Amino acid sequence: MKIIIAAFLSAFVFGIGLALGGMTLPSKVIGFLDITGNWDPSLAFVMVGAISVHAVTYRLIMKRPSPILSAKFLVPTRRDIDAKLVVGSIIFGAGWGLGGFCPGPALVALATGQAKVLVFVAAMCGGIVLHRVYAKLTAP
Amino acid sequence: MTLVNLTPEQMVMPLIGGAVIGISVSLLLLLIGRVFGVSGILGGTVFPVKGDTYWRLAAVLGFPVAGLVMAHLMPATMAAETPSDIWVYCLAGVLVGFGTQMGSGCTSGHGVCGISRFSPRSIVATLCFMAAGFATVALLRQLGGL
Repeated sequence: MKIIIAAFLSAFVFGIGLALGGMTLPSKVIGFLDITGNWDPSLAFVMVGAISVHAVTYRLIMKRPSPILSAKFLVPTRRDIDAKLVVGSIIFGAGWGLGGFCPGPALVALATGQAKVLVFVAAMCGGIVLHRVYAKLTAP
Repeated sequence: MTLVNLTPEQMVMPLIGGAVIGISVSLLLLLIGRVFGVSGILGGTVFPVKGDTYWRLAAVLGFPVAGLVMAHLMPATMAAETPSDIWVYCLAGVLVGFGTQMGSGCTSGHGVCGISRFSPRSIVATLCFMAAGFATVALLRQLGGL
């Protein structure tokens, strides 16, 4: 139960940060990606703010033998660059530029009750299912 | 290219928002030892794994609840304009869902958590999705969609 509350709380704080930063406004996101037009670099500051905090806290937290509420840290350790990483990220970026939403802000924007946000989130879950099917079909 | 002139407030708010995001991902790591990748967490609710689902559902719920609170406290931050046709959001959603699963992460997992760890995979992923985002918006502008 504590783990569930911790996850909810962290996501709640994350959502507040996304809204404060302007990430919940697709027009702002598209302005940030519009380098050939009227470029609005402000969202770069969101990235700078988040990374400057977490680059420090990550190293402090990882000095602990374990997290507070569970047995061990589960942090990715892979370092290889493969085609899936590159192609998948490019596909994601295309969708991000098209709609102006990445996953977190889209979930926050569900609160607006807009049909187009609902469609985006439903389609995103559809894309996750589609990837599972694709991964099964292409598995060696 | 032209540059939007930013007032100090327009730079400070994103910095504050970013710092709050940095705190939230640190909170999840410190408390339950997980990387806060939204696409990964969401993927684990679409295809649940026994014993590893409820915290994910709670996290997915935390976002819209934050949205509801912010819609009251700072309505301007939640005044999302969605000017494109509905099929654009449908296609964008499918691409985001598929791409983040194939690329093992999104703006949060790679862009924030991964870069903070100096993970080479996350640095490459972030460069790729940023480049694709720039290219897509440039293309939309060429086609008159902006």
